[in-house]
Amino acid sequence: MTSKPLVSIVSAGMSKFGRFDGVYARELFVEAAKDAYEKCPNLDPKRDIKALIVGQMGESFEHQGHTGPTVADWIGLTPIPTMRTEAACSSSAVAIRAGLMAIISGLHDVVMVGGVEKMTHRKTSDVTEYLAMACDYPFEQWQGATFPGLFAMVGRAHMHKYGTTEKQMALVAVKNHHHGAMNPKAHMQKEICLEDALSSRVVAWPLKLYDCSLITDGASCLILTKPEIAKRFTDTPIHIIGSGHASDTIGLYERQNLTNLNAGRLAGEEAYKMAGVEPKDIDVAEVHDCFTIAEIVAYEDLGFCPQGKGGCLIEEGQTGLDGKVAVNTSGGLKAKGHPVGATGTAQACEIYLQLTEQAGKRQVKGAEIGLTHNIGGLGATGVVNIYKRG
Amino acid sequence: MAEVRPFTIESFYKFVGEGKLMAAKCNSCGAVILPPRPACTKCLSKDLKWIPIGNECKLLTYTVIHVSPKEFESRVPYALGIVKFNEGGQLLGMIRDIEPNKLQVGMTLRVNFETTSAPTTLPQTTPQWPQWPRFYFKPV
Repeated sequence: MTSKPLVSIVSAGMSKFGRFDGVYARELFVEAAKDAYEKCPNLDPKRDIKALIVGQMGESFEHQGHTGPTVADWIGLTPIPTMRTEAACSSSAVAIRAGLMAIISGLHDVVMVGGVEKMTHRKTSDVTEYLAMACDYPFEQWQGATFPGLFAMVGRAHMHKYGTTEKQMALVAVKNHHHGAMNPKAHMQKEICLEDALSSRVVAWPLKLYDCSLITDGASCLILTKPEIAKRFTDTPIHIIGSGHASDTIGLYERQNLTNLNAGRLAGEEAYKMAGVEPKDIDVAEVHDCFTIAEIVAYEDLGFCPQGKGGCLIEEGQTGLDGKVAVNTSGGLKAKGHPVGATGTAQACEIYLQLTEQAGKRQVKGAEIGLTHNIGGLGATGVVNIYKRG
Repeated sequence: MAEVRPFTIESFYKFVGEGKLMAAKCNSCGAVILPPRPACTKCLSKDLKWIPIGNECKLLTYTVIHVSPKEFESRVPYALGIVKFNEGGQLLGMIRDIEPNKLQVGMTLRVNFETTSAPTTLPQTTPQWPQWPRFYFKPV
């Protein structure tokens, strides 16, 4: 018996994800908002939307801060209240959390939450430097650490303790590229083979180029409402029935457990409990595969398999479209792309499409319950939400 | 050992510049706080003292960086590891004087200190503060 809805999603929108030269973040957000409006003709944005909460990681990318009003202005929603949320790669997952608080408190009945990032116009070395700001600068970057390097250390610890292999990590990339090839909004709509992944150049051993997610431009948004009024806007709302959010040390190096990401695990436990569901009940999940090892770790942290068996789960094909839980049907951060601030709400967009049977070729048949798992930095933030058909 | 320095990141790196690895110890609950913080993260007490951390440590995990930030480009490929000290506390740093394929989880390493305070050229985007000395690890 699942719990009662916390809030309802009455529409979801995404810009195309990819490389868009000469386009500003706020312009990408207009595309995402337009997509959400078109899916929900009963919504009158200027009349109905009472607040806008936008996740974005970095003002460094465009020399542009104050993202809330910037976006509200460009989508014609001023003077409604608006703000930006920041939690590195989980910036828009925490925008969803803020949206939940706004609606459950009774402050607003309809809230737009979303996220955006414009990254590809920057040199890769600059992007890497900005992203690493999500870690512990004085004790990690200053000592020579990179963001892939820190996830590589999680991977090495996992290999040592559980026998996880580079091949198993590569299989995550192969699967997610396979899914991405079926998603017309994905950055990379291209299949790759195991040999491509394993022979790509080393970035931070054991991670290779194909173990890393993409630097991408994109925006995404959701229209959240009080459950009682959702049917005013659509016959097919999706309900958020559980939500969890936790934090961990800012530095990886301090942790007793280096093989998993505890904030993601705690957020999952909280969300399952609130939703009244168990890991086996999840039909479709979008998890944080910023690096392939992170998806393997997420399987374990979310209880899709026993601790240490994440590598086996991918190798057995249990997380493909026909597996026991379909993971990253959108292509994930790996193939759909990872415009960091937009990722949290983009994951929810995919679950919305799956639970409303709009996912096209990558549709998981009869999916009733979905989950999103978004990690900030090296797991210093973890957010998990659980969704159910209305 | 009666150094009265504030329990800050700046103090920690000043000690590193003097060839010493120092942690805060909570006089109230006994927790070893590495890196030091202005208050104990276990019991929130501000009654702290400085304690030295021994030279030897155990390697918990590592990576070999092939794509690095600009200031480390001349060093690639280089090994990085997370180590645990007998006194408690863990740190991350470079591992030198060893072939990457000789690295093993669980091996004992020794702490060393760079002799020059700012051995690399920082890119213009990096602010002038901080300019800390670094420690690193090498095989015993």
